[in-house]
Amino acid sequence: MINDLWILATASLVAVSCALVGSFLILRRQSLVGDAISHSVLLGIVIAFLATDSRSLPVMLGGAVMIGLLTAWLSDSLHKFGKLQSDASIGIVFTLFFALGVILISLYAGQVDLDQECVLYGEIAFVPFDTIVWGNPETGVDLGPRALWAIGIVFLIVLISILIGFNRLQTVAFHPSLAVSLGINVVFWHYFLMTLVSLTTVASFDAVGAILVVALLVIPASSAYLIAKSLKGMLWLASAYGLASVMIGYAVSYKLDSSISASIAVSAGGLLLATVLALEIRKRKRRLQPNRPVGI
Amino acid sequence: MQDWTVISQPSTWELLLDFWRFEDMNALWVLMGSVLLGISASIIGGFAFLRKRSLVGDALAHAALPGVMMAFLLFETRDPVVMFLGALTSSFIGFFIIDWLPKNTKIKPDAALAITLSFFFALGLMLLSYIQGLQVENKSGLDKILFGQAAAMTQDDITLLTYVTLFVLLNVALFFQKLRLIAFNTQYARSLGISVKFYEFLLALLIVMSVVVGLQLVGVVLMAAVLLTPVAAARFWSDQLSRILIIAGSLGALSAVISTQISYLAPAMPTGPWMVVSLASLFLLSMLFAPNKGLLKRFLEQKRLRQKVSEENVLRTLYKLNEQSNFTRRYFNLPDIQALRAIPIDTLKKTLRSLGGKDLVVESTKGYRMTDTGMEQATQLTRRHRLWESYLNQQVELTPEQVHSQAERIEHILNEEQEQQLEAELRDRHSDPHGKPIPESQGEIK
Repeated sequence: MINDLWILATASLVAVSCALVGSFLILRRQSLVGDAISHSVLLGIVIAFLATDSRSLPVMLGGAVMIGLLTAWLSDSLHKFGKLQSDASIGIVFTLFFALGVILISLYAGQVDLDQECVLYGEIAFVPFDTIVWGNPETGVDLGPRALWAIGIVFLIVLISILIGFNRLQTVAFHPSLAVSLGINVVFWHYFLMTLVSLTTVASFDAVGAILVVALLVIPASSAYLIAKSLKGMLWLASAYGLASVMIGYAVSYKLDSSISASIAVSAGGLLLATVLALEIRKRKRRLQPNRPVGI
Repeated sequence: MQDWTVISQPSTWELLLDFWRFEDMNALWVLMGSVLLGISASIIGGFAFLRKRSLVGDALAHAALPGVMMAFLLFETRDPVVMFLGALTSSFIGFFIIDWLPKNTKIKPDAALAITLSFFFALGLMLLSYIQGLQVENKSGLDKILFGQAAAMTQDDITLLTYVTLFVLLNVALFFQKLRLIAFNTQYARSLGISVKFYEFLLALLIVMSVVVGLQLVGVVLMAAVLLTPVAAARFWSDQLSRILIIAGSLGALSAVISTQISYLAPAMPTGPWMVVSLASLFLLSMLFAPNKGLLKRFLEQKRLRQKVSEENVLRTLYKLNEQSNFTRRYFNLPDIQALRAIPIDTLKKTLRSLGGKDLVVESTKGYRMTDTGMEQATQLTRRHRLWESYLNQQVELTPEQVHSQAERIEHILNEEQEQQLEAELRDRHSDPHGKPIPESQGEIK
């Protein structure tokens, strides 16, 4: 029972952090950069692990942020200097990084405590068993799952960043050109957002794997985008969609004995589908009542 | 280091020799299949690239995963044709969603792509994990399509692969003209009465087919790179579509050979990542070293142009110094030149040295002097500069203050023909807007 709680807590924090960061990605029309970063973060994790031989939190977060920013920067430079379309340059960079990550994992299969499976699904079911112990490993105090700590810290960083930078982020997201004319450093805020994306993906990595995190970044935020009327509303709604996906997904995986993380992502998709359908039905109904005044 | 040739374990080199003697028929088949796939995926990816839909292939490949799993669940068989049809169906549903979402909701195209990709992939993984919990036969190996494994391919897989890739290539060859027209100018194609819808559907079908058939070899996750990277690399080599496609095809084939090789040497290795890494290396080489559009070439050209500009600037300054002294004084020293044009001393010395190497300027104890050829060139440059100033002043009605900086740039680019045209336009002008005489082409002053 306590294990279920740990899993649900971790998954909820992952879902909410992803939903918050993902909302800004959607608004900045950079969902594909998010996709790219979540793939390349794998390489950062593997290299950080091979270089320092530890899975300590600062090392992982540092490695991921470096590689995440590198991905964003390389895609930009390829676009500028190689004169490639921006989505093509993104595609080239992240497929290469991800491929290198997978190759390194297969080469050092014995040494890295990662395998192809965990890259894909994450290991949320094992989250409760990998705990941080304070002091002596035998006798120290059990502080709870490592993954929960990781995503908890990242969640706080994301939350504080959004609270502090809310106005700036809002202007940059909705009116990039206005932001430039107001003297806001758009490049800084772009890379700031990329840093948040990298942090969130790496902290979610243990729980949901490299690719499913894309689903949590993009899908709840998109559902919220469809119905929200303001940025604040969108952030709240996205978090709610994220949490609902976690609950439904967990129940589904229990029922089908399927992967927890995949089921959560699928539920997020199901909720989006339901939202789209509801909106479509409302649109059709309105069309059938031509007498109703427009705009009310 | 001596005992690396243990008898029981053949060395890498021996394995390579075995491979290229084609003793292993299976390896030969896999090689042929992957080369065909490399060619057809690269070529069809070229069209997706031109339609600015490079990452659609990525989403379609991910979208194939639940189809494969569903097909397995429904029919409980690993027959390649069944798997292929399942994947084809779910890829098409994905394609439809990517198209439908931005048209009917607020969701933007890039988000639609990311949504489809991650949702279908999650669905596929969920089904896969569900299947792995079931008690069914030959479920092992289903997960190989995630990263691809050439060594795990069967004879049936390769037969299907061959048919499909040949079908794709044949269609591209048959409809090349139409596809090209639509890729470059959809509006024009429509006005010619070409059924754009049909050809877009055909292109989508071909993309989906290449993606789906490549899953066994490259895997769901990285299939995008095989569609995208070759054509991106080939673009540095040529501007002509047919050539770009041929080069992209060759690069795709080459990377297929490399990765099959690695998969043969280390059967546990996933093939897809190696194919992507070899493609990316080819891309990097092309970007840096391609003969006409490579970055190195562009860098060198820029450097040469900068050198030419600074040389010509010094020549023109020397001409002006000559002119100031009414062509009586011929030797000038560094401060003289710097008084007229602000050039850092190091750059100036370097430029004068290279002008000396071209026999345009001679250095002696009295200072620097232009040779006759140097004088000729300097006169011509000044002439072009002043002709352009006069032209702008007369025809575009810019003030004398405005014309100088424009002429400063164009004097390095104007050629003889343009010079003559300018002269014809300005038949009776003999001085520029600043009142300086325009030198004759022989270097005499009227």
